[in-house]
Amino acid sequence: MTTSIKQLPDTEQVLSGNGACGGCPATMALRIVGKALGPNAIMLLTPSCSVASMGMTPKLGYNWPGINITFATAGSSASGITHALEIMKEKGRLEGELPTVFSWVGDGGTYDIGFQALSAAAERNDNIIHFCYNNEAYSNTGVQRSGATPRGSFTTTTPTGKRQPKKNMALLMLEHNIPYVATATVAYPGDLYDKVVKAKNIPGMKYIEILAPCYLGWQFDMSDTVQMSRAAVRSGAWLLWEAENGKITFNNPTSLIINGKKAAEPVDEYVKKQGRFNRLLKGADSAERIAEIQGDIDREIAFMRERAKITI
Amino acid sequence: MKTAQVIMATGANAAAQAVKYARVDVVPGYPITPQTSIMEYMASMVENDELNARFIPVEGEHSAMAAAVAASAAGARVFTATSSNGLLYMHEVLHMASGGRLPVVMCNVNRGIFAPWTLWSDHQDSMAQRDTGWIQYHCSSNQEVFNTILQAYRVAEQINIPIMVNFDGFAISHCLMPLTLPPQEDIDQFLPPHKPEWRLDPANPSSFSNVTMAAEYAPFRQMLSDDIIASIPLVKQAAQEYKEATGMWDGDTIDTYRLEDAEVVAFAINSMAAELKLSVDILREQGIKAGLLRPRLYLPFPAEDIIAALPQNAQVMVLDRNYNFGHPGGILASELKSVLFGRRNDITVKNRVMGIGGIDLTRRFMAAEIRAMMDE
Ligand SMILES: Cc1ncc(C[n+]2csc(CCOP(=O)(O)OP(=O)(O)O)c2C)c(N)n1
Ligand code: SF4
Ligand SMILES: [Mg+2]
Repeated sequence: MTTSIKQLPDTEQVLSGNGACGGCPATMALRIVGKALGPNAIMLLTPSCSVASMGMTPKLGYNWPGINITFATAGSSASGITHALEIMKEKGRLEGELPTVFSWVGDGGTYDIGFQALSAAAERNDNIIHFCYNNEAYSNTGVQRSGATPRGSFTTTTPTGKRQPKKNMALLMLEHNIPYVATATVAYPGDLYDKVVKAKNIPGMKYIEILAPCYLGWQFDMSDTVQMSRAAVRSGAWLLWEAENGKITFNNPTSLIINGKKAAEPVDEYVKKQGRFNRLLKGADSAERIAEIQGDIDREIAFMRERAKITI
Repeated sequence: MKTAQVIMATGANAAAQAVKYARVDVVPGYPITPQTSIMEYMASMVENDELNARFIPVEGEHSAMAAAVAASAAGARVFTATSSNGLLYMHEVLHMASGGRLPVVMCNVNRGIFAPWTLWSDHQDSMAQRDTGWIQYHCSSNQEVFNTILQAYRVAEQINIPIMVNFDGFAISHCLMPLTLPPQEDIDQFLPPHKPEWRLDPANPSSFSNVTMAAEYAPFRQMLSDDIIASIPLVKQAAQEYKEATGMWDGDTIDTYRLEDAEVVAFAINSMAAELKLSVDILREQGIKAGLLRPRLYLPFPAEDIIAALPQNAQVMVLDRNYNFGHPGGILASELKSVLFGRRNDITVKNRVMGIGGIDLTRRFMAAEIRAMMDE
């Protein structure tokens, strides 16, 4: 049974009064992650909204020791810390339960500039949790495209809408043969919470990606973050799944879509709710371009359905 | 009491032995010629339980330095090594180590940088990192590499500044020389375990390298600048204490040879400076009062020691194994002139660039160059 929102612990690691926008999905997600991780953890951050909103030296709005590292190095930096802690414990210089080492990184720091170091950390199976909060753009620098930006989406560097589909980063991480991979989003807090608790107790590399609808980049009302997150899942634009030791399980409501028990909502409903697709909707070829977006989603659903059947 | 042991070792092996003696905790590493064998030694020392440490086989040098920085911030004693384009690739993260005040120690095995591609030594790689806020030593023998790495940990951990220990590719890294290994107990006394003042610790959830307003950022940078200069007495003290512990001495901030009465002073770093001692002898035989001044510490530039050591009215022949692009000569000459200006107007400085891309620097060649420079 998925933990309900009412059952989440009262403890908070995200302290009140930080610099994030109202309705910020990244902060919302981090709050749930904090409830699952508790205070015994070390946090790594790469340049992003979560850094811009965390407060000023020497304070931080998160109740963990936090290290801001260079943009490309979440994977290798987290490896450095986890190895340091483990060897210091082996040598008797640290006592008690070792803290969880986790990176809190945007899609830019995960899909793009940080991909190489993250891939290497996964291949080494170093004992860390890498969280990607995916707002599908570089929000902190004013909304530029990333490898996570979906086809058709406006950003300041895709002024007529992105022409390429996004990559399937979680699947790429799965293909590194790491013990745990999961996707989540803020509209399903219990699902996210349970996945983090699970990851915390698995040694080795864990990857959790959280879809984070950002009102600024996606252009919707900041009070609608959760609705947008839910709409992404219901349309199949975001799939909820987890894989323990390579075996994929879909989570509700994605599992209903995958099993054909429930149809995904047509993507144009989802697309119309967001200003980032406006230009595409207004163009003469809008039907064609929405069909392309729908095609990307249908392909991912079909592909993941088949991929999940491979259990060797 | 155990006594010292003498083995035959390459410079790369000497570096690895020093890391073992320093009881380092974490070694992220990535291969590049001519540094590669240091990483191979480290990996096998860890796998064979000769060194109780973690070797992290990262996927590139940018990550090697990132892992070193992060492990250091977690409280570990760390080491890595690189060369040439590997060092250039680390550039961004070198600033993290110094700005973050982390006592990372790294070897850079000097090699020219491409394009065009070269495998052999010059000093453009480390000179290009001049403004990263690292302390830089430059060594002229295998033994000095060993000794300097241990001294570097002592200094770095006292003042929380990272240190780069440089030595030439091939001439040092791949050449066998006798290496004295002191008893481990003596080194343990000289270099006590690393006890950082601060580390990433959930019991004290503070931020590291967070966004910092100018009012705090500026004094922080000033402090780094001041402390790099303030490391000079610590460098001297470490050399002295190391001598007391092991009997070995390579100079402190500078090393000199037949300098007291010299009228012509060769000024150079790294292995070419060892060869220059022989050039000095050749020149002396020719009736020229030659001497040598080798900065062992290149950064901070040991201005006071150089000013004090140079004989009256000397002609200083700076032999640079690098280019100071935009200026006619090399970087060492420009550094030297800037410290002499207004302080030692009696000194003449002449400069040649040589040995680029591994061109062999023999004692006779350099003696001839110095003679030619005298007539300029
Ligand atoms: C090496 C480097 N290149 C570029 C930047 C500028 N930069 C800072 S944050 C950012 C985008 C971050 O995007 P993402 O990781 O998706 O996080 P978000 O801002 O969306 O939260 C960029 C390009 C940087 N800090 N470092
Ligand atoms: S721009 Fe988006 S991701 Fe960034 S702080 Fe605002 S809501 Fe959060
Ligand atoms: Mg982003």
